[in-house]
Amino acid sequence: MSERAPFHQQVAVQPELAQRFGDLHPPLDRQAAMPEANRCLYCFDAPCTGACPTHIDVPRFIKKIASGNLAGSARTILDANILGASCARACPVEVLCEGACVMHRYNKQPIQIARLQRFAMDSFHQSGAPLPFEPGAETGLSVALIGAGPASLACAAELRRRGIGAHLYDARPLPGGLNTYGIAEYKLPLVESLREIEMLSQLGVDFHFGTMIDAASLAKLEHEHDAVFLGIGLGGIHRLGIAGEELAGVTNALDLIAGYKSGAAMTVPARVVVVGAGNTAIDAAIAAVRLGATEVHIVYRRGPEQMSAFAFEYEHARSEGVKFLWHVQPTRIHGDSAVDALELTKLISSEDGSIVPQPGSEFSLATELIVLSIGQSTHTAFISEHGSEDAKIQLGRGCILIDRATGQTSNPKFFAGGDCTNGGREVVDAVADGKRAGTGIAAWLEAQHVQA
Amino acid sequence: MSKPKPTLETTFCGIKCLNPFWLASAPPTNCGEQVMRAFDAGWGGAVWKTIGEPITNVSSRYSSIDWEGRRMMGFNNIELISDRPIEVNLQEIAEVKRRYPKHVVIASLMVESKRETWHDIVQRAEDAGADGLELNFGCPHGMSERGMGSAVGQVPEYCEQITAWVKEKARTPVIVKLTPNISDIRIAARAAKRGGADGLSAINTINSITGIDLETLQPNPNVDGKSSHGGYCGPAVKPIALNMVQQVQSDPASALPLSGIGGIGSWRDAAEFILLGCGTVQVCTAAMHYGYRIVEDMQDGLLAWMTEKGFATIEDFRGLSLPNVREWKHLNLNYKVVATIHQDLCIGCQLCYTACWDGAHQCIHLDRTSPVPDTTRTPAMVEAEATRNISTTPIPKLDAGTLGRSSAVTPLERIPRVDEHHCVGCNLCALVCPVENCITMERIDNGLPSESWEERTAKGLVPPGACEVMSTNT
Repeated sequence: MSERAPFHQQVAVQPELAQRFGDLHPPLDRQAAMPEANRCLYCFDAPCTGACPTHIDVPRFIKKIASGNLAGSARTILDANILGASCARACPVEVLCEGACVMHRYNKQPIQIARLQRFAMDSFHQSGAPLPFEPGAETGLSVALIGAGPASLACAAELRRRGIGAHLYDARPLPGGLNTYGIAEYKLPLVESLREIEMLSQLGVDFHFGTMIDAASLAKLEHEHDAVFLGIGLGGIHRLGIAGEELAGVTNALDLIAGYKSGAAMTVPARVVVVGAGNTAIDAAIAAVRLGATEVHIVYRRGPEQMSAFAFEYEHARSEGVKFLWHVQPTRIHGDSAVDALELTKLISSEDGSIVPQPGSEFSLATELIVLSIGQSTHTAFISEHGSEDAKIQLGRGCILIDRATGQTSNPKFFAGGDCTNGGREVVDAVADGKRAGTGIAAWLEAQHVQA
Repeated sequence: MSKPKPTLETTFCGIKCLNPFWLASAPPTNCGEQVMRAFDAGWGGAVWKTIGEPITNVSSRYSSIDWEGRRMMGFNNIELISDRPIEVNLQEIAEVKRRYPKHVVIASLMVESKRETWHDIVQRAEDAGADGLELNFGCPHGMSERGMGSAVGQVPEYCEQITAWVKEKARTPVIVKLTPNISDIRIAARAAKRGGADGLSAINTINSITGIDLETLQPNPNVDGKSSHGGYCGPAVKPIALNMVQQVQSDPASALPLSGIGGIGSWRDAAEFILLGCGTVQVCTAAMHYGYRIVEDMQDGLLAWMTEKGFATIEDFRGLSLPNVREWKHLNLNYKVVATIHQDLCIGCQLCYTACWDGAHQCIHLDRTSPVPDTTRTPAMVEAEATRNISTTPIPKLDAGTLGRSSAVTPLERIPRVDEHHCVGCNLCALVCPVENCITMERIDNGLPSESWEERTAKGLVPPGACEVMSTNT
């Protein structure tokens, strides 16, 4: 092992950040966790477990909390989800485990699964115990994983537990991808993501940071390793394609979030407009409020019923004072050297059901910062350039196409998972993808070995 | 016709009672100041903390069993009888009776097994004004090592003898408190009755060790790293107490006016003891847990229930459930119930399913979405299918159909189905179901007349070998 400092000790947490972005859902203490754990009915074939993309055995880990077996509880969580602490905080549990809780059906509050999961994981981390898994006996096989986000990390953990080498390549200086840089700090602090990845690295994961992979280096990695996993996430930020977009004061939601989380950009101007109404747009708008903006607008082309943000995220934004402008489209950005207003045009439904600008409805919203959050595309260029015609990695609708059960692409040596395959979902979906791909790779390699 | 306005006033062993709720002989009746506050709160009577030669107690003295977040489901103590001088207790009894003449004060007594000593304490307690005497033949810890308490209650000859000594002297009713730490409580009850007891009280606490501290490996309650078996009481012991109460009251050689004790904390508990024949009930743990104030709802709730049922007095319903407790051989073997799951109430937890498969008779199935009933699908198969299922976080815009589906309505595939032809009617599924009335046990009319094991045996319908029993003492 190299003598690197633990990941979570490589960053300095600014007190101001912790103060402005305190826990949205505060932790449970033991006295609160025990009765909550006892409230769980212990369903058979529990719906919460089914709803969790990683199928954490929720009743099992909760009953272990109730019995005081906290280490066993954490092991149950980590066995299904190697980023169990991150997911406890970052997951939209309202539409996952807690949304599926049977308690909803007789007028009772669902079990607070996320907070119990965090309790188990926090207790485990505080105990200082090592990761409760050992790497498998070394097989001599190795896999290159492109990107060090949740999908690759989960895949790497599965590989290491089977004695397969895992070599991760990431452009950033620290691991975790969006788990580290892209989740609202009041849900998952950057340092907590790093703490969990540090623990995972006890399995003997090999990290290569600051490394961009292009078609040539991908070919080299394919040659050097027995398989390649693509966990590259999404890349290119969609642009509006309107005048003024190049002005200073136009940014995107992910840069804004990564900027404050890393401490690099801790201030915003007084007036901020976020374009788009997805969950990331909400995170950016709330961040702007927390960073000191006095007027934050979210503008969206359609109505609230069509936004992709979860209802509880929308309510959260409203409770933080974010204002919403519906059925408007940005048509121009005003400003000399920097942004000073966003021109919006009202949209109306035409007779054929499409939405069209309403002539003469233009108006301007004064702002000093415009944050784009209208989606991302996949970094597909280096993939489409890769491989001969019969070994192409097939893409569809901007995503890498995979077999859902194994993560295998159309090129059998390449596997993929996470946002680059699903178009952008949650950390837990990426972990589930990575986990399936890890077992998929191991099974494929074993089959290759048997054939050979 | 308007229902009669009921009263809680009653008479026990000739003692007039404002209500049947007495505090048991225990810490809540340790001194006059406490007893008077208890009377102010509404208690009809108090059995004084056992009076005898003052003892020395240990520290600590109590421990308990918590259950899934609720405290003190079961409670245990290693405290001995009163640690206060006899004359102080008697002076306070006199003071309480002077100020609360209508409230019942029973002197609980325990002295060495000598006739003169018992005569002396009986005389003094009655001179102080006690309405009755309770002989503590039940204390299972400490005192029993000194030949008192349960050491008396466990030996019928001692029990009878001392009761007889007391009766030689007593002018007030003599109540013998029975220990449950005996193979058959009727043996002690009969002895007390032979000795001339006017009434009984049951049960005293049950021998117990509540637990071991897994850090220190020391038992609870901790006295300098050691402990001793204590007396168990509280909600956990109620079923044991009810059974013993029924045993005593169904045995003509035992039956006497009975003051019921054991896990009583509410009017419901009290009503159950009275339905099995108790004339009064005694409460300790619940009062130690929540204070004297609990008696308010015990009165209020019991009166409301009596009104609803049309009972005017305690005597109107005392013992009404006794005829319904029978020996097993008298139960109707042709009575048949099966479980019915009410789909509209089912929340899909499937606890009935796993309970029936692992703990009962494998007659609940998850096959409502199968084309035909499928009783071959095992729990392991269900779980394996779930493991293979791939789920993702729903996105409102993309996955409109899946959002909110699970929380509002129980999916049909999660609602278990009872195979009524194989259901034995054991109740387990209904017991584990967390939703009231979701699983009900419905009677099946099989057209067969009532027939008990005894009747079946008498008809010669039972193969030899299956009907022979060892003689019992009943």
